[in-house]
Amino acid sequence: MALLEVQNLQTHFRTPEGINRAVDGVSFHVDEGETLAIVGESGCGKSVTSMSLMRLIPEPPGKIAGSIRFQDKDLLQLSEHEMRAIRGNDISMIFQEPMTSLNPVLTVGRQIGETLRMHQGLDKQAALARAIEMLTLVGIPEPARRVREYPHQLSGGMRQRVMIAMALACNPKLLIADEPTTALDVTIQAQILRLMLDLKRRVGAAIVLITHDLGVVAEIAERVMVMYAGRKVEEAPVAELFRSPRHPYTQGLLGAVPKLGSSLSGAARRLAEIPGQVPSLKKRIDGCVFAGRCALATDLCREVAPGLEQKAPRHIVACHYAPRGAAAA
Amino acid sequence: MVSYIFRRILSTMPVMAIVALFVFSLLYIAPGDPAAVIAGDQASPADVERIRQALGLDRPFLVQFGDWVWRILHGDLGTSIFTNLPVSSLIAQRLEPTLSLMAITLVLTILVAVPLGVVAAWKAGSLVDRTIMAFAVFGFSLPVFVVGYVLAYLFALQFDWLPVQGYTPLVEGLWPWLEHLILPALALGCVYIALIARITRAAMLEVLQQDYVRTARAKGLGQGSILFVHALKNAAVPIVTVIGIGIALLIGGAVVTESVFAIPGLGRLTIDAILRRDYPVIQGIVLLFSFLYVLVNLMVDVTYTLVDPRIRY
Repeated sequence: MALLEVQNLQTHFRTPEGINRAVDGVSFHVDEGETLAIVGESGCGKSVTSMSLMRLIPEPPGKIAGSIRFQDKDLLQLSEHEMRAIRGNDISMIFQEPMTSLNPVLTVGRQIGETLRMHQGLDKQAALARAIEMLTLVGIPEPARRVREYPHQLSGGMRQRVMIAMALACNPKLLIADEPTTALDVTIQAQILRLMLDLKRRVGAAIVLITHDLGVVAEIAERVMVMYAGRKVEEAPVAELFRSPRHPYTQGLLGAVPKLGSSLSGAARRLAEIPGQVPSLKKRIDGCVFAGRCALATDLCREVAPGLEQKAPRHIVACHYAPRGAAAA
Repeated sequence: MVSYIFRRILSTMPVMAIVALFVFSLLYIAPGDPAAVIAGDQASPADVERIRQALGLDRPFLVQFGDWVWRILHGDLGTSIFTNLPVSSLIAQRLEPTLSLMAITLVLTILVAVPLGVVAAWKAGSLVDRTIMAFAVFGFSLPVFVVGYVLAYLFALQFDWLPVQGYTPLVEGLWPWLEHLILPALALGCVYIALIARITRAAMLEVLQQDYVRTARAKGLGQGSILFVHALKNAAVPIVTVIGIGIALLIGGAVVTESVFAIPGLGRLTIDAILRRDYPVIQGIVLLFSFLYVLVNLMVDVTYTLVDPRIRY
């Protein structure tokens, strides 16, 4: 059964230049304990999608429409008060910037503890004890000392561990991780990913992982959703997607990843790039959103938006020309 | 922290020494001859000269200065030329009303201004925000004596809720003391409420953009906790700075306010002393206010370390 079922999510922002359709009719689901990755370039609507799930979009100027069913409740119908009881408790979030996402003037223990005090009614002592426990769990040495320290006394990796401890303190059903490793050193990235996977197994939480790093996706996701210009263009299990990407944009994304040793295999081989940039979301696009940058685009693409179609088992693509049938390779 | 405070107190010594030099030089810079003033209009030049000698005003500048500093260090601020009473006891008599007025004004100001600024920042751009800021401009533009007379007219004369003027010492009861101070504190505080509310709003607006405020919301915290714990503590440094400057400015404002509400405080003593060219009294008051200001600055710096753990000395 789906833990989270998002239907036709539309998050629009009113701006002086017109309406910005940051997320424009996206549907997806996340099963219990599953890891779904949402990938795409900067500005494709990944982060806005994740903020919309938590209803953290300021309204106005933002406006969220559609439905977000979480454990059979439509989050968009809840009052702000009911929503607060879900944030940090049933659904929690890890952000990209561990350096700025922790409050610099409150101790680590206080920041972990206040979630517990509010959602689980623990008293000050119990919350502190549990905060120390959480720090131990995320692998921070000397937790009893660290719990009294301030964020500026911790390294970037440590701070992200604190963020994870904070997010998992109340045993959430769903963890939304928005570029959790982007700001970290490569060596630390691997540690943090392993930690997230390990804790996910222990806590049994589902993860929505927002990233542009396909290496991270390959490592921890089970299913991938590719977004482009505020829309979903492809969705498939991770192995299937890497083996046979069917949307030209996904193919471009995969082609843009440097492979070890590729520079040795011939001077002519260059890193593939996708020409152009994400179109302005302030104008309504009638045809395929990717048509402007797609080498295969035809008049049909420019006039009629392709619907999402199932092209192979559990593999859906929004492209008029995507090949059908099981993966060839 | 203790060693920091100790070092800070040590470092105030040179500041106080320079202040003392300036205060003492007043006697020489200011127009008018104190000996002639004391002698009166009818005195002969010989009388003036005799008084000058009696006061030691004929000695060299540095000798006079050294002598003066030496006596101050022993707690002797000199004797009023006009009343012949020790300056220290004159100041002591007037200290309570002024300190009371400043304290009440400060508490009132902070209690009103900070929440107003926080709400204005939270509702930035809304009608609430614009109303608060319009009042801030209004409060900022009105002089203390205008607000004072209007308040006295309304709440004392028309509604008869509070006394028009005067002062009752704290030993005679909390309410009699407080009721005499509410209107003066409101009048005096108007400008500071406006100033601190504006600074609070500006500081909060910046903090509310920060990632950690988004984190706090993502944790499901309530609006009050986000605004007054997570955000306000981060916005506190500029607010505390302005409150500190405000205390220094209060000293000047207290003089006018005490005149409007007939409060027998240091402000009145200062005006009387200036009008009579009573230099020892003027010097004593200026020294005291300088010392208070240095003390407030120290408190502001110590407060920084309490609100922001990244600030360490």
